[in-house]
Amino acid sequence: MSGVALDPKTAPTFPMAAKVLVGDTQMRKNVRHATDIIQAKRARVVGEMPDWQELRETGRRVREHTMKFLDVYLEEFERKCTAAGGVVHWAKDADEARQIVIGLVKASGSHEVIKIKSMTTEEIQLNKALEGAGITPYETDLAELIIQLGGDQPSHIVVPALHKNRQQIREIFKREMNLPNLGDTPQDLADAARLFLRKKFLTVKTGVSGANFLIAETGGVCVVESEGNGRMCLTLPETLITIAGIDKVVPRLADLEVLLQLLPRSATGERMNPYNSIWNGVDPRGVDGPKAFHIVLMDNARTKVLEDSEGRQTLNCIRCGACQNACPVYRQTGGHAYGSVYAGPIGAILTPQLQEMHYAQTLPYASSLCGACYEVCPVKINIPEVLVHLRNRVVEQKGFFDPEAAAMKTVGMIFRSERRFRAAQRFGRMAETPLVDKDGWIGWLPGLLGGWTQVRDLREMPKETFRDWWEKRGGAS
Amino acid sequence: MQVALFITCYNDTLFPETGKAVVRVLERLGHTVVFPAGQTCCGQMHYNTGYQAEAMPLLERFVAQFKGSEAVVVPSSSCVAMMRDHYPKMAAHIGNADLTREVEALLPNVYEFSEFLTKRLGLEDVGAFYPHRVTYHASCHGLRNLGLGDGPLKLLKAVRGIDLVELQGLEECCGFGGTFAVKNAEVSSAMLADKTRAVLNTRAEACTACDNSCLMHIQGSLHRQRTGVHTVHLAEILASEAGGAA
Repeated sequence: MSGVALDPKTAPTFPMAAKVLVGDTQMRKNVRHATDIIQAKRARVVGEMPDWQELRETGRRVREHTMKFLDVYLEEFERKCTAAGGVVHWAKDADEARQIVIGLVKASGSHEVIKIKSMTTEEIQLNKALEGAGITPYETDLAELIIQLGGDQPSHIVVPALHKNRQQIREIFKREMNLPNLGDTPQDLADAARLFLRKKFLTVKTGVSGANFLIAETGGVCVVESEGNGRMCLTLPETLITIAGIDKVVPRLADLEVLLQLLPRSATGERMNPYNSIWNGVDPRGVDGPKAFHIVLMDNARTKVLEDSEGRQTLNCIRCGACQNACPVYRQTGGHAYGSVYAGPIGAILTPQLQEMHYAQTLPYASSLCGACYEVCPVKINIPEVLVHLRNRVVEQKGFFDPEAAAMKTVGMIFRSERRFRAAQRFGRMAETPLVDKDGWIGWLPGLLGGWTQVRDLREMPKETFRDWWEKRGGAS
Repeated sequence: MQVALFITCYNDTLFPETGKAVVRVLERLGHTVVFPAGQTCCGQMHYNTGYQAEAMPLLERFVAQFKGSEAVVVPSSSCVAMMRDHYPKMAAHIGNADLTREVEALLPNVYEFSEFLTKRLGLEDVGAFYPHRVTYHASCHGLRNLGLGDGPLKLLKAVRGIDLVELQGLEECCGFGGTFAVKNAEVSSAMLADKTRAVLNTRAEACTACDNSCLMHIQGSLHRQRTGVHTVHLAEILASEAGGAA
């Protein structure tokens, strides 16, 4: 996957990508190890909250309310942010957002930017666009730095380099930072990154950040992180450009009381993030922080998602990644199989809605509907429900002659009559006869069903159905 | 009490022993069992694969067969989850007020088999005898959608002679997921490999669950690997008696 942008327009289908990735034993081991650790930590800190379920419910209500009045809160945010000295820009799609950011960076007089981890900038492939415009972006989140230096792509919303282990990271640092004698303790790697980044923090004059929350009431922007590198990007540059999806808004500062309990516990299993930064515009005294602050509010299909009453809850997501850690499918394949920066269960519902469904129509099927994602979601997004809803939309796009649709319609027709159902049972027993071995098992099935017999046998159908037995027995006793 | 059975399409076709076991247990407990003959399928496969229009007539069919039942017992947690989670929404979608009312009246009386025993009848010991080493897999729909909790385990613990061993990763999906198993065969296989490894680690003779769909999946792999370990629906364990034919 190295070097290839995660773009649903060009990515292989999920089953194709997954087929390759389940063969990568090292990656699977890394993902399992990391998600096991995060899940155990999450379970511990969630377990100490007796009101966790009430908190989830409050979180859901805050998000639902916000989405209902999104226009009101966005306008309030714009007013308050502008009053505090920020400049608000509106971008209808990825291209417009990229152009605005490039224009702002150029106007700041810089050919370099320091960046703090932002999935929104990954969504619009901002780094590639910046490079194309002659601007060098430096990722400063440790995991994103590993991804950038390794020519890789993020595989997790919160822990983007989760698919790499320490030895692999050491190799990347050795090579890219020219440190042939680098040790392999966490301390060695952190020191190397610190030295590499410190130079950037102190020399680069423009910063680009994402946002965890936009606070309508105060016009403030909130970023939470674990390393403090984000805070460097937010405070040291002369110009700070923040880019956020319009779904990031919350009505009041007090709402963070709820969301900043739900987010870190769900995301990394911490009670609180080590660094929680909230800034409002610029310091009027000109002493602290950036001299110029711009925020780009990006739609990029979000209002379209909002129009769909069943899919809308997807926008309630606060990007904690808990669904990814809990998902047995994600844990087997890692994030790259999803062909999008948004991987795992949330990616499987977000990507097809943000993109043309045509490009991501296998993603709603990348789930066994086990419900583990819904169980851990801090704002109670019913991901299985949205998956099934999107599957219905995929089916609606299928042509009349699609073999699966034809088979499903036929089976549906059979189930609508007991007589036809019994005939189909008899036919099934006849049709399977040549495939059954002498012990009564089937080891190979044709066509669409062949996926089953790749690793599983199937018992032959019993000679007598339950209803035959029931009739012979004479019905009720 | 008169109990109506919804045996489900794949139990009827592929696992008739499960249905027979349900009948044996309920009759042993003194209940009258009826089997509405026009029943076919709950519509789960269609609904979950995206063919919601195809599932609608199956909802109507189910309601027509079972309305007015004092209790409906279903030996499949995923089919009950399908009904509870989706039938009300589907009925509303059709816009048929009578149907909506009938669904609302019927659903509180529809039970997954183990749930009927523990929650409706308040039983744990149903007088079973099963002298084997068994491990229990908590099917996702039973665990999360129906909230069966440790109900099935309580029933198993009360079985005489049983050697019940805990399954590691109990709450993890086996990877079946209906059409998921064929649409994403590779990932499904990887999930299944983890599950069967856990089953084999228990050194149990048999793996049980409240849902034959998971068991068909797990059984398929245990047989392919020639492990000699088999699967058995919970109802069949509960139906076994000392000196019985089980």
